[in-house]
Amino acid sequence: MDMGKYTQVVMWSYAGSIALILALIVVSLWQSARTRRALREVEGRIGKTDV
Amino acid sequence: MLSLAAKVVCTYRGAMSIWEYANPKKFMQASGTVLPWVAVLSAICLFGGLIWGFFFTPDAINFGATVKIIYLHVPAAMMAINAWAMMLVASLIWLVRRHHVSALAAKAAAPVGLTMTLIALLTGAIWGQPMWGTWWAWDPRLTSFLILTLFYLGYLALWQAVENPDTAADLTSVLCIVGSVFALLSRYAVNFWTQGLHQGASLSLDKKENVSDVYYLPLLLCIAGFVLLFLSLVLLRTRTEIRSRRLAALRLRERLA
Amino acid sequence: MIALLIRDLRLATRAGGGFGLGLAFFLMVAVLVPLGVGPDPVTLAKIAPGILWVGALLACLLSLDRIFALDAEDGSLELLATAPIPLEGVVAVKSLAHWVATGLPLTLVAPALGLLLNLPSTGYPWLIAAFGIGTPALSVIGAFGAALTVGLKRGGLLLSLLVLPLYMPTLIFGAETVRRGALGLDAATPLLLLAGISLGAAALLPFASAAAIRITLR
Repeated sequence: MDMGKYTQVVMWSYAGSIALILALIVVSLWQSARTRRALREVEGRIGKTDV
Repeated sequence: MLSLAAKVVCTYRGAMSIWEYANPKKFMQASGTVLPWVAVLSAICLFGGLIWGFFFTPDAINFGATVKIIYLHVPAAMMAINAWAMMLVASLIWLVRRHHVSALAAKAAAPVGLTMTLIALLTGAIWGQPMWGTWWAWDPRLTSFLILTLFYLGYLALWQAVENPDTAADLTSVLCIVGSVFALLSRYAVNFWTQGLHQGASLSLDKKENVSDVYYLPLLLCIAGFVLLFLSLVLLRTRTEIRSRRLAALRLRERLA
Repeated sequence: MIALLIRDLRLATRAGGGFGLGLAFFLMVAVLVPLGVGPDPVTLAKIAPGILWVGALLACLLSLDRIFALDAEDGSLELLATAPIPLEGVVAVKSLAHWVATGLPLTLVAPALGLLLNLPSTGYPWLIAAFGIGTPALSVIGAFGAALTVGLKRGGLLLSLLVLPLYMPTLIFGAETVRRGALGLDAATPLLLLAGISLGAAALLPFASAAAIRITLR
């Protein structure tokens, strides 16, 4: 496909936005996994599972 | 332990009501089942909408290929504002009804809203370069979005700074309410302050006749995708917040025992 | 309440109270900007309204954390919170004291600094009016920011991050009033909007500030 002189403009906007969204998703998933792991560890020590 | 108050309220509330999900346990169950579906659906909408918009729309007469940027710019800008509105509602619910899930959802939404604001600013700047001949113009809407970014930063910084989680929730809620009023005031002040370059009508949805269906349908799909993306990220982050609350409570109990 | 006002003013003017610090800072801004921008009188006249307002904002910011921090440290804030006067009234009086200690002096020296920045003569009445009407809003909004951060160890930097976005409408209308005044245009509209912000903030924000203090003291 041909986007003429605007190729770079469109590419950079898509790349930048997708990078930002992906970064947010990755950070959220990582935080989620980390707390889940820590919680499971503490719960295992106490011997009680609730959430 | 921390969620005791919310639990007590919910037990008294009776069975089927929306407030039931203010019970963290109940919320965790429900969100756990809903989250994968919402996430998958948002991925489908986003991929579909963006690919449709990117590959299968013609170039616009005035804008050339840059018209493709609206599939990111417009939904992100909408979500940036809607995220703040959602935080405002959640803050009010927290202040009035003291449901912890509500406060945590507001906290969870802020980074997502900030990211959306950044996307809107970034795509706007990149688009402005060939269109207006400048990366940045002090246009009312751009300026308002910059101000919104600052509000998000202040809100997040206040959450970071206060140690006691309930105090943090209260203070940030007050800030969110006052901030909403001032953000709105800034919006009109900025309008008063300068004349805009922004094309209001051609990109906005209520003037549908200005955007032909070729662009409008993929745009709708992208908007749906962004809404669902926001929803799934907020659910995921709220779940993380609830877990880390519980983690902190358990650690405290462990230390005391 | 009057006793509280007098006490706060006395604390502000006492040695180490920070009175005059804001003024000195304001003067500093008015000296530094021409040094940075260059002495061209036309340029200076053009940017004078903005510089004066931004300088006033920052000068005001310097003394904000003192509104509640000192009282929180020695415990008198808790006494004030349990005193028979409502906390909202305490906040309002403390904002007033802050304005008398910073906003009022800023208003008085602003014309002199306007001279330094080559502000056109038609701008002076508007400058004084805008400062007189606008700086109370700065104090009231600042008191809200100070109330939010009163319980924090290092609240100073956070305070500026929270307060400066809230200052934007005041800045815009204030600077616009002076700018239009300096150009000889009718500046009544922005001045009235500025007055609206000041009155609205003074009427409503003490409630939010008092709520924030109650949350912190809880």
